[in-house]
Amino acid sequence: MTDQLTPSEVEPEPPEGSFFGDLTGSGRIDWRSNVLIPALAILSALIVGALIIALGDLDTLRLWRSSPGDALGVTVETVADAYGALFKGALGSVNAISETLTRAAPLILAGLAVAVGFQAGLFNIGANGQMLIGGMFALVIGFQFDLPIILHLPIAIIAAFIGGALWGAIPGYLRAKTGAHEVITTIMLNFVALRLVDYWLTIPFFQLEGRTDPVSKSVLESARYPELIAFINPRYRVHLGIVIAVLVAVGVWWLLFRSTIGFEFRAVGANPDGAKYAGMNVVLLYVAVMATAGGLAGLAGGDQVLGTLGRGTPGFVGVIGFDAIALALLGRSHPYGVVAAGLLFGGLSAGGQAMQATTDVGIDIVQVIQALIIVFIAAPALIKAIYRVRAEAESTQVSQGWAT
Amino acid sequence: MKKHTRLIALLMALALVLAACGDGDDATEGTVAEDGGLICEVTDVGGVDDKGFNASAWAGAQRAAADFGAEPKVLESQAETDYEVNINSFVDQECDLIVTVGFLLGDATKEGANSNPDQSFTIVDFAYGEGEIENDNVKGLVFNTDEAAFLAGYLAAGVTETGVVGTFGGINIPPVTIFMDGFVRGVEHYNGIKGTDVQVLGWDPDTQEGSFTNNFESLDDGRAFAQSLVDEGADIVMPVAGPVGLGSAALANELGTFSIVGVDVDGFEADTNNSGVYLTSVLKRIDNAVFDAADDALNGEFTGELYVGTLENEGVGIAPYHDKADLVSDELAGEVDALRDDIIGGAVSVSG
Repeated sequence: MTDQLTPSEVEPEPPEGSFFGDLTGSGRIDWRSNVLIPALAILSALIVGALIIALGDLDTLRLWRSSPGDALGVTVETVADAYGALFKGALGSVNAISETLTRAAPLILAGLAVAVGFQAGLFNIGANGQMLIGGMFALVIGFQFDLPIILHLPIAIIAAFIGGALWGAIPGYLRAKTGAHEVITTIMLNFVALRLVDYWLTIPFFQLEGRTDPVSKSVLESARYPELIAFINPRYRVHLGIVIAVLVAVGVWWLLFRSTIGFEFRAVGANPDGAKYAGMNVVLLYVAVMATAGGLAGLAGGDQVLGTLGRGTPGFVGVIGFDAIALALLGRSHPYGVVAAGLLFGGLSAGGQAMQATTDVGIDIVQVIQALIIVFIAAPALIKAIYRVRAEAESTQVSQGWAT
Repeated sequence: MKKHTRLIALLMALALVLAACGDGDDATEGTVAEDGGLICEVTDVGGVDDKGFNASAWAGAQRAAADFGAEPKVLESQAETDYEVNINSFVDQECDLIVTVGFLLGDATKEGANSNPDQSFTIVDFAYGEGEIENDNVKGLVFNTDEAAFLAGYLAAGVTETGVVGTFGGINIPPVTIFMDGFVRGVEHYNGIKGTDVQVLGWDPDTQEGSFTNNFESLDDGRAFAQSLVDEGADIVMPVAGPVGLGSAALANELGTFSIVGVDVDGFEADTNNSGVYLTSVLKRIDNAVFDAADDALNGEFTGELYVGTLENEGVGIAPYHDKADLVSDELAGEVDALRDDIIGGAVSVSG
């Protein structure tokens, strides 16, 4: 793209063949790279996962030597049982769907945080830290003030956004002003946030009375996400968080693809020099991008604190912020792709728990499958070769896909 | 990890078969039908392969299950948000006993027990207050680990050459800090008798403050925390943090400049990669306690009565010195043995 183009006339696009653009999907978009490749990546990961399940079954491996026929039968049965349980645990009952949605909500929000960064050419590895700080902000509002739910919950959610945004803005500012790479600064700020939360949870302001371990006071009922279907069975934990996550995804789509600032986000991602030449304030943009990303991650932290857990502990974020990177890649950095990927990962998480409970296959296999999906996404050439997907050059672009 | 579990399960099955073949008459009784019961364990986030805490409970559950031809099952918690879900899925499977491993599962177990009054639970490291469990269906398993740690502290004070020993914990919760309390008091006891001035870094029993990784997972933290204690002169370190301590042991093995006091299980046997670094281990026989609880549950004799492991009932103890025996003089070993008797007899108080 040349410097002469004015921003309003073209879609920002990184240079052809850019690895970052290819990997994150923030580059040129077509249905192949957005739907077909991810779908094939998931399929491939499930196949390799099946092989690993088979290899983990020592008894059957021994059987292969004596009677391969029986062994094949047992292996097929083991894998079918495991994947059957996985599927059932993700979608097979009201409880399964409730669990999938409960787990998907923070994944979607954190995935959006990473995707917004990708769209602006920034690698936000700091979603975990931003979630922690956002969650702690929400926590303070949640236990410290006693307000009617109509005020309390929205204020707590906004606090989560602000907390994450402040934490995210720091690496944005450092990048813009000093050139410090956001990969390094966001990773490091994860550790700072983790230790800060450890510390906060042991001071009397936060700590639950009568406890010596780092456990916070509970969020008041008026700041908790209402449970959606608990009236059917109190065990169904799905709460308002999933609705908020989907609404936020729509909002992010509008921001990125329908608003001027979103255009500027993507322009600076595609070509920072060009964006600067076109008169955009790159410093401000980097800070705004990272603050937005951080705020979204903060909402994910708020989802855990105000929704699923109802209090703060050192591990309330788990590894959601890192899974978010994977699912932003799988979702090709598009808000709706992130929602789809978030639901998939939520399903894998809920299904993995059920698989662990009903079969002998460990939950670790779910992480293996998630990792394999990303390996295949990151190596589209591999997928194209395996499944003989025709190279892009051979066909004209049929549609712009869902990203425009 | 699962492979490991499978191997153990396989060996146990093999052992069962061999035992069954051994004496013909009992064989029919020994091989119980399919529905021989279900012993279910929910681990904390350390996972069942932590070579300590969770693994020890799992060993007890497997042993009891094998005795009865029951099936042992385990659910690993990946995050704190999993505790409730994992307990609920075991409630659905109608386990004879649900074993929840660790203080951190205290709230989730209480909730599960009170909403499922007919389900038997046993929880490691948690003693509920009067009336907290409405139906008396939770058996708490707690351990006076400070008695054993006191011995380890005394031993460490006698062995150290730098005059400095150290400890750190996972999370500042009673079942962790009780190790550190005992260890520090054991060192103080040694100083009092011998007129020495051995220092303990990492824990102050009076203020109940010290050095904590705030997790039970990170082996890197285990290295870092041990390194900083060694930098300050410690030549014996007791990590009370589950698998985190495996990182400390790996560092000890690489540097060769300090020894480790293991916790929960005998590190020499469990951590075979680094067995040479363990001076001793503060044993907490979670396996035996879980075995007894599971045994009772399968026999229909389950009660919600609290179990307390002590030196006297061998619920706690210290491991042999193995490869480090050269560092322990006969005199010191004798003193430690005598001290054990004094603690059991009440002549020495471990609470300082």
